[in-house]
Amino acid sequence: MKSHLRGLRQLVVAGAALTALAVVAACGGGSSDDSASGGTTTGSADAVDAALKAGGEITYWSWTPSAQAQVDAFVKQYPNVKVNYVNAGTGNDHYTKLQNAIKAGSGAPDVAQIEYQALPQFALPGSLVDLNQYGFSQYESAYTASTWAAVHAGSGLFGLPQDSGPMALFYNKDVFDKYGLTVPKTWDEYVAAAKKLHAANPKAYITNDSGDAGFTTSMIWQAGGTPFKTDGKNISINLQDDGSKKWTGSWNQLVEGGLVSAIPGWTDEWFKALGDGTIATLPTGAWMPGVMEASVKAGAGKWRVAPMPTYDGRPATAENGGSTESVLKQSKNPALAAAFVRWLNHDEGVKPFLASGGFPATTADLEDPAFVGKASAYFGGQKINEVLTGAAGTVVKGWTYLPYELYANSIYGDTVGKSYQAKSDLDAGLKSWQDALVAYGNQQGFQVNG
Amino acid sequence: MAESVAQDHIRPLRATGTRRRRAGRDGKGWLFVGPFLAVFALTFLAPIGYAIYLSLFREQAFFGGRVFVGLDNYLDALQDPKFWEAFGRVAVFLVVQVPVMLILALLAALAIDSARLHAASFFRIVIFLPYAVPGVVAVLMWGYIYGNNFGLAADLNDLFGTSAIQPLSGTWMLPSIANIVTWEFVGYNMLIFYSALRTIPGELYEAAAIDGAGTFRTIRAVKLPALRGAIVIATIFSIIGSFQLFNEPNILRTLAPNVITTYYTPNMYAYNLSFAGQQFNYSATIAIVMGVITAIIAYVVQLRGSREAL
Repeated sequence: MKSHLRGLRQLVVAGAALTALAVVAACGGGSSDDSASGGTTTGSADAVDAALKAGGEITYWSWTPSAQAQVDAFVKQYPNVKVNYVNAGTGNDHYTKLQNAIKAGSGAPDVAQIEYQALPQFALPGSLVDLNQYGFSQYESAYTASTWAAVHAGSGLFGLPQDSGPMALFYNKDVFDKYGLTVPKTWDEYVAAAKKLHAANPKAYITNDSGDAGFTTSMIWQAGGTPFKTDGKNISINLQDDGSKKWTGSWNQLVEGGLVSAIPGWTDEWFKALGDGTIATLPTGAWMPGVMEASVKAGAGKWRVAPMPTYDGRPATAENGGSTESVLKQSKNPALAAAFVRWLNHDEGVKPFLASGGFPATTADLEDPAFVGKASAYFGGQKINEVLTGAAGTVVKGWTYLPYELYANSIYGDTVGKSYQAKSDLDAGLKSWQDALVAYGNQQGFQVNG
Repeated sequence: MAESVAQDHIRPLRATGTRRRRAGRDGKGWLFVGPFLAVFALTFLAPIGYAIYLSLFREQAFFGGRVFVGLDNYLDALQDPKFWEAFGRVAVFLVVQVPVMLILALLAALAIDSARLHAASFFRIVIFLPYAVPGVVAVLMWGYIYGNNFGLAADLNDLFGTSAIQPLSGTWMLPSIANIVTWEFVGYNMLIFYSALRTIPGELYEAAAIDGAGTFRTIRAVKLPALRGAIVIATIFSIIGSFQLFNEPNILRTLAPNVITTYYTPNMYAYNLSFAGQQFNYSATIAIVMGVITAIIAYVVQLRGSREAL
């Protein structure tokens, strides 16, 4: 799940960096042995139940809003297990700490939240426990196809899906009514609506996009692109494949035409712009309603949800965001950690997660009539989950992220961001992103074609 | 007779002195220096030594395998366009921002010291106040003022019906950061200058007054020469501060992610190499190269500053 606390995150980052040189020195070392070692832990499905019975102590790192409630409920059910819950920061802060603990060889938690896009980065170097050995592959039918694929890296199963973010089009109905716009079914209609709206009110934009790696990859995903392919040490990167070109073909018109607002996401002005009609639509993940209810109070009653526009009018969407919980190789009690993961994302832990506004990855909950049929007051009484759960079933198959997606995201602004800044061809930016990713991958020991 | 007595008297003294020195060699001195040396070694020498050690290796984030590469990382750094772009940026920043800031600080210090100002202590505290605001908070605050879509910049644009004021755009970002840094540190430098001015003995002013020197003559002949040491120190602090520029651009990056790259300043580059790219070895190299350059420039400034008159 994305964070609206990015400002705070930067603050913490900045504080940490005051001692940059010393920290760089202090974090660089340690053994790298664990990255090379294979799956030394072996277990079975029985081991998980036995570990739960025996009890013990585990540490859990997560920034999910419901984490504390989930831990409390778990400990109540299994009093002989002690769970040390730590919020180690949101997104990159969390990953930096996790990465450092893994590198140092100690200090990592037993269980950690990891976003789908970051999973290969931790799974491929061997930092996570393959849950196949505990027989967790039997839970496949409990999850949507796209999230089940997202918790795999190679043939390994490295977590159980916590939530999902199938994309849909959130739109401000007030703005649409005022300017006589119809809800676009295709991206061509979307571009046309963007032009009409901006011509009628130069202060209003169809959406905001100042360059966001997660959005770009999801949009390429939706267009059927597979720019990243990984097979062991071999990677191929092609950010000019058919899907990528399809996306830039329509999105270039918006960027070059100045039809998208440059307000960066997750800032105060963004929340304001979502409430006052400056931004008319958001193509984003199904977790967005909770964020809007909490942070865009002025938008109550105005917003609605529609399926994503597509290129040919046939329903297709992509995942945007979403997390899993994984067991770290460093864990002294991986069976108990696996039991906790199973409880969190397969058993009773799902309920407190949904209660906090999360969007599930479990098919039973996605099909639950009470969930699907719930009318949302914020969205003017619309049964938004009908649209969102429908989207969960139309996610395009075959997508994979890079094994170093977090790094890729970090340099997105240096490359594609330049195209956004200059309101120029996104393909040029995608090419320079690709060049940088190929160079980095080769430096890190992959064989990268690009 | 008197002489020999004196010599007799001296000899035992010398003997005692030798004994004392020998006692020193026995290690009592180390007892006194020891605590400092231990902390110094632990917090200064060890990290620097470790960073140098790291900079001689190359390690792959995914497959491990640490290889000794000698000075290869340094050769890479010296040819790295990203590093030099970052270096060039802070160099420009240094050449423009530091003189502006120090001159403003100097003027403020002279004005407060002039005794012609009403409520001098009030101005002293007010000018110093921004320094007391935590750097991160200060940048967040300025971020709101600079905001293109809300805040002061947007309001001014609305007022004049233009969109000319874009403090967070590519062209204006560096001046905008310089403005924040100046705002933050004028008071700090002013205080250094002001305390140096307060140490000038009153007799000098009296002598200058008797010689018929006016206000500006007194500044030139008495105050500025007395300030030279303080100016050199403030300049060196500012050089180090400029080369270590990090907080301000790193926080403004949230508001302008496409303008501020991951290698906007050398420190940001080192930080992102390390924590986003896990290129710890290369990051350590960048940090050391930057440290050496900073040390050389600061040393040159110190040499020139103490040799030449202002």
